[in-house]
Amino acid sequence: MSDIVDVETPPTTGIWTTNRAATLGAATLGFILLLGVAVGSLSLGSFGLDADFAARLAAPSPGHWFGTDQMGHDMLARTVHGLAVSLQVGLIAATISVVIAAALALFATTCGRWADALVAFLVDVALGLPHLVLLILISFALGGGTTAVILAVAVTHWPRLTRILRAEILQLRQSDFVLASRRMGKSWAEIGIGHFLPHLWPQLLVGLVLLFPHAILHEAALTFIGFGLEPSNPAIGILLSDSLRFLMAGKWWLGLFPGLSLLAVVLCFDAIGNGLRVLADPRREQS
Amino acid sequence: MRLDVERFSLSFVRYDGVLRQRSIQVLHDLTFQLEGGEVLALVGVSGAGKSLLAHALFGILPPNARSAGSLRFDGVPLDDATLPNFRGRHMGLVPQSISHLDPLARCGRQLAWAAERSNLRLTKAQLAERLSTFNLPRTVAHNFPHQLSGGMARRLMLAMATVGQPQLIVADEPTSGLDPKNAENILRTLRGMADAGCGVLLITHDLVQSVPYADRVAILNSGRLVGMETARSFSGAGDELTGDYARALWRAAPQNAFTPEGPIDA
Amino acid sequence: MTFWSIHIATRLVRLALVLAAVAVLSFALAKSSPVDPVNAYLGADIARAGPEQRALIAARWGLDQPVPAQFFHWLGNMLVGELGYSMTYNAPVIDVIATRFRTSLPLMGLAWLFSGIVGFALGILAGSRPDSWVDRGIRLYAYVLASAPTFWIAILLLTVFSVGLGWTPVCCAGPIGVVPEEVTWLQSLHHLILPLAALSVLGVAQIALHTRAKMVEVMQSDFALYARAQGASRREIAIRHGARNAAIPALTVLFASLGELFGGSILAEQVFAYPGLGRATVEAGIRGDVPLLLALALFFSFFVFTGNAIADIVYRVVDPRMDGKLLR
Repeated sequence: MSDIVDVETPPTTGIWTTNRAATLGAATLGFILLLGVAVGSLSLGSFGLDADFAARLAAPSPGHWFGTDQMGHDMLARTVHGLAVSLQVGLIAATISVVIAAALALFATTCGRWADALVAFLVDVALGLPHLVLLILISFALGGGTTAVILAVAVTHWPRLTRILRAEILQLRQSDFVLASRRMGKSWAEIGIGHFLPHLWPQLLVGLVLLFPHAILHEAALTFIGFGLEPSNPAIGILLSDSLRFLMAGKWWLGLFPGLSLLAVVLCFDAIGNGLRVLADPRREQS
Repeated sequence: MRLDVERFSLSFVRYDGVLRQRSIQVLHDLTFQLEGGEVLALVGVSGAGKSLLAHALFGILPPNARSAGSLRFDGVPLDDATLPNFRGRHMGLVPQSISHLDPLARCGRQLAWAAERSNLRLTKAQLAERLSTFNLPRTVAHNFPHQLSGGMARRLMLAMATVGQPQLIVADEPTSGLDPKNAENILRTLRGMADAGCGVLLITHDLVQSVPYADRVAILNSGRLVGMETARSFSGAGDELTGDYARALWRAAPQNAFTPEGPIDA
Repeated sequence: MTFWSIHIATRLVRLALVLAAVAVLSFALAKSSPVDPVNAYLGADIARAGPEQRALIAARWGLDQPVPAQFFHWLGNMLVGELGYSMTYNAPVIDVIATRFRTSLPLMGLAWLFSGIVGFALGILAGSRPDSWVDRGIRLYAYVLASAPTFWIAILLLTVFSVGLGWTPVCCAGPIGVVPEEVTWLQSLHHLILPLAALSVLGVAQIALHTRAKMVEVMQSDFALYARAQGASRREIAIRHGARNAAIPALTVLFASLGELFGGSILAEQVFAYPGLGRATVEAGIRGDVPLLLALALFFSFFVFTGNAIADIVYRVVDPRMDGKLLR
């Protein structure tokens, strides 16, 4: 299809270990942590979003684990809110991406050679621009805002998954049941919906989970450079961008903790993705 | 030199489900000896686990392999501590396929590395001489492995395996994929080495082809040793053979035109 | 030779097609923006401009023409090197790109080289002994850093080295108040260190992980096994066979990673207020400087696509197995 190398998702076998039980354990732990963020942000309500001018720019303490910002907001609460925003944006964007990828992969493999060539070209074009430049362009076109960020992230991330799914389907095409269906006179479109799609579910799920971290990181980057979400919406990118203003004054906690939490969330998703990969295809992942 | 294989078993641990592991035994209780000056042919159909024995001798099994029993070279057990002294210097391996040569290194260089690994430094002239001993043109030194023919690649690997003057040579399917002329050439070379005092373990699936060059024949089936015969007894109708399986195998060979009487392979 | 000419010709056609598609895409995106270019140009003067003046500006830029006509007008100008005028920097776009490129080149070039060399070395080291402590350490480093936001790494570096320790400057490509022409190379280097570190961190991690994966594969290959059977040590195998066989994939990834590098430089330059191409991209996007934004998009995609083409060609030239098989 396209000979552009996949640079962004390097091959890994898990961070700490190749041991299967540990991989699954890490996945479960990751899931629980993410659930914690979601539940935490819901139960916090608007706590931490109200200003408390008595406690402005306070360093981390037992009362405020992550310290407070210039308005006296509790940074832990803001970080949890920010992560929840990231999770929402990531979930919607990654889902849209997966749908696009699945549709294009099916189109490329079932609608003839020209369809395949067209999809290959689209992948080339989408990967021909650095992601961030494309993100800026799309965000600019839509005039910024949350929807713009979601759409920008969604339409930037389908190419890699499209390629993986296409390769997977091409393998499926050679299998006996597909050949049998062909002989029974079924069209490729019917086979695509009837046979390929059900077989791709595990791939789609793993793809979704592995897209998530990219989506979240790009959302944060876009927000950080000033394109994304409204400043009232305390996304992690905005927290980090704000932290730059107080960096010279030595308020290090404003930048450290939100970034660390974002990193933790990304690693949680990776752990879940690796766990799912083992579950989806236990035999292939032999060491 | 003397090689003792005693009650040697080998199994692999595999994932059977998501977390359940299962052990699959591939070699069962092998016992045999090999002395300097003789060619022992280890015959079995492909998948019988013959190559794994070769890998076990050189300590290059995959990490999920578990072995039991003992392998001894001149009485010294072969293990991680002793093997580094034996590999290359006292034992040479002729591997099965061209994939055992580095695809990105020139052949002359690979031969020089093999020599270095046996503590020898070869000059250009000596390298060329080694190549010509095995009927390889000098130009081979500048070629990459994919540019060699099957026969040439096999001879190069033979040259690499023997460059350190080992006393034991293990040849893993050295004739597979070769035409009869090239195959005979290789077997004759191995026979010559045995006559010069080396022990040769010839691992092969081709009984008929190896018999003329071997002293003894060990027959492997489903990972078990099912017969040890002298090469001489493989003649005529095989009446001198001691084992039924060996006789059935011999009679089933197309050249011998007998109808098979028993199970050939389980 | 004919293989070569066919191959290069196909490459050039594809490059032209992709660039054309990127041009159409970028132009369409820029045009559909709700940001009014005249307002963006006027900025603070917006209240003082009457409708006639606005119409005059729009006419001068050809904004009164239909969109396809505008596109072809713009494309024609691009083709003859007429990139337009940047309102953000009050200079011709071509000059802006040229100056900024000179500032960004040492940053991106060094980060690129550094990623390649350090990443490759770490990958070889890790992959030669999979699951050893060295491997675990390198894998942890690479994995965590490949997952961390680049701009956050930059912020941390700034916090520790500039604010905390005071070893490095807090911003820009030279001391404040000194014109760029008078900045000594030592000062440049001093200002370059942190952005360079921030930008290299991600590249090193990626190259290391790719190299490690290839290395693990090589160490399990038949020829590595055979080398071990000949009495070679793990170290020798890693250097002679591993590095040799992992080099081509690493080089391919390195050339194909230009897009990541540009993306990273946008973020790193933003944190350090480093006046390079990346910062210009952000400014152009925020201020609605369409000519500059479009020119930068094309500029970047030209490099990315050329990088990919080189990656492909390198692989075919360096690998002896590919001789005469340029077209798959």
